Amino acid sequence: MIKIEKLHKSYPIGKESIHVLKGIDLHIKEGEFVSIMGSSGSGKSTLLNIVGLLDIHDEGNYYLNGELIKDLNEKKAAILRNKFLGFVFQSFNLISYKTALENVSLPLYYKGVSRKERNEISMDYLDKVGLKDWASHLPNELSGGQKQRVAIARALVTKPKVVLADEPTGALDSITSNSVMDLLKDINNEGMTVFVITHEEEIASQTKRIVRLKDGVIVSDELTKAPKTPLHV
Amino acid sequence: MFDIDRWREIFQSISKNKLRSTLSGFTVTFAILLFTLLFGIGNGLQNTFKKQFAGDAINSINIWSSFTTVAYKGNQIGKKIQFKNDDFTFIKENFSKEIQTISPRNQRVVEVVNKNKKDTYTLRGVYPEFQFQESAEIIEGRFLNYRDINEKSKVVAIGRLVEEDLFGQLSAVDKQLKVGGIMYKIIGVFSDPGGDNEERFIYTPFTTMQRLYGNTENLDEFGITYNPDLSINEAIAFGNKMLRILKEKYDVSREDQRAIGLYNNASGNREVSNMMIGLGILIFIIGFGTLIAGVVGISNIMVYVVSERTKELGIRKAVGATPKDIVTMILQESIFITAISGYFGLILGVGILKVAGPSLEEYFILNPSISTPVVIGATVTLIIAGVIAGYLPAKRAARIKPVVALSAD
Repeated sequence: MIKIEKLHKSYPIGKESIHVLKGIDLHIKEGEFVSIMGSSGSGKSTLLNIVGLLDIHDEGNYYLNGELIKDLNEKKAAILRNKFLGFVFQSFNLISYKTALENVSLPLYYKGVSRKERNEISMDYLDKVGLKDWASHLPNELSGGQKQRVAIARALVTKPKVVLADEPTGALDSITSNSVMDLLKDINNEGMTVFVITHEEEIASQTKRIVRLKDGVIVSDELTKAPKTPLHV
Repeated sequence: MFDIDRWREIFQSISKNKLRSTLSGFTVTFAILLFTLLFGIGNGLQNTFKKQFAGDAINSINIWSSFTTVAYKGNQIGKKIQFKNDDFTFIKENFSKEIQTISPRNQRVVEVVNKNKKDTYTLRGVYPEFQFQESAEIIEGRFLNYRDINEKSKVVAIGRLVEEDLFGQLSAVDKQLKVGGIMYKIIGVFSDPGGDNEERFIYTPFTTMQRLYGNTENLDEFGITYNPDLSINEAIAFGNKMLRILKEKYDVSREDQRAIGLYNNASGNREVSNMMIGLGILIFIIGFGTLIAGVVGISNIMVYVVSERTKELGIRKAVGATPKDIVTMILQESIFITAISGYFGLILGVGILKVAGPSLEEYFILNPSISTPVVIGATVTLIIAGVIAGYLPAKRAARIKPVVALSAD
């Protein structure tokens, strides 16, 4: 599903440039539940941005769903994102003046789905994350956990191949964090590839594979022994 | 193509961000309102000027004779100069290119009686062209015609105030009127923009007047309108040439300013038209300045709008909006707001001019108004400015990497 070979990325800072990713090789197959672990500055967010087509890499090859990502213009990236990828961000990134339902259906709007169909599909996904009754509420009327679940519904609504989650629990307390992780696990159990970025061991241990990143290189890549249904605290 | 979904998206964005929408709309409304008011007032000033000089045809030249004040070629001081009918024929034939209309004019003050009402008025013997020269307008009946001239008919056209003085509310047309002891038939009533004095004149055929008063060939004055194709300088030269020829014919010294007089509106016109040009430039600068201010305002607001929305645009891009989607959304929104608020400003401005217009007359502002094409032009200018002003930041926002936009606060 995602295949990365010798990926390099540098950011210019003033006259200097910081080498963030120093040759990453990573292969994620369909249906995997992977977490990228690392402290801040390890390059994990940069990796996710490149995988999510939100940013471009300098060197190396990146295949998404078998397609080599190269010479990507904005329009093509937008179409690929819309087709293959769903995003979940740490700060939720919901549009504040849109209701939960409208936020969820936004990707479908850009996909050109009719309004009626959009609302039906989005309502199904809100139901799936347990927020059907909150469909007409604005983001500021929802709790953090609810906002993140709306964001997950939005990530899922286009039936993407991969869900990319950047610190999805970073702004949540531990109980809400677990419920969000449970939701991601459910999604994974349905066959969706889930790619989580985190710096919390607890979160990473709930995924099936942990890739540890340090100073722009992968230091370890191992499967977890985590039970499929973890004990709730 | 009309896309209901896109419009729904835009209406939501406008109505859910009231402060932002109102701010940008207000700038445009205010600019168009000011533009309409200033332009309207400018036009009102111009109208006042036009009216001040509209008493007679703007291209008129008058020639009259008097007594000599300089001894010349055997003529002593104080000799009466008297034009004759052949002077009229001579001028008419020799200056046919320069002359638009020409009419002789003799006048005398007479007592006018209708039944028990009587008063004194000026009776003028003229040709039909004189109506045009005076800018007189017929209210009822008709003015003199060439049949009256040829038949030397005893008919008169009377001013509006003569009718009012002598006939009250009744119509004077077709009634008989005793003018200077002779009965005339009234053929028409006229109004004259030159004011009350000019509406107390009584006009009779020039030939009738010559026959009834002395049966002579004497002619006192000429009223001429010059060909409007002449430039102001040509018109002045034409007047001077006529004066020179008449002075030579009657042995009047060139230095004699009184024996033969000539008033040429062209010299006045030069000053008036310079003033009008000045006023026009002033109006243009004011209007243009207002528009520039509006353009700057809308540009600033667009930059603000785009920067305020950077994060939202980043989210939209992350979920699949193409750069084109972003640019069209912002532009469509800005065009919509500009058009609606521009229209609002226009209605407001025109309304204020209508309501306040009449009370401005004492400040030399007559009928302040603005033509629809001018306002629409101004609104379109603002819309285009809004598009250009919105396009650049929108384009930049569309090109910004979603990752950067998402981390914006």
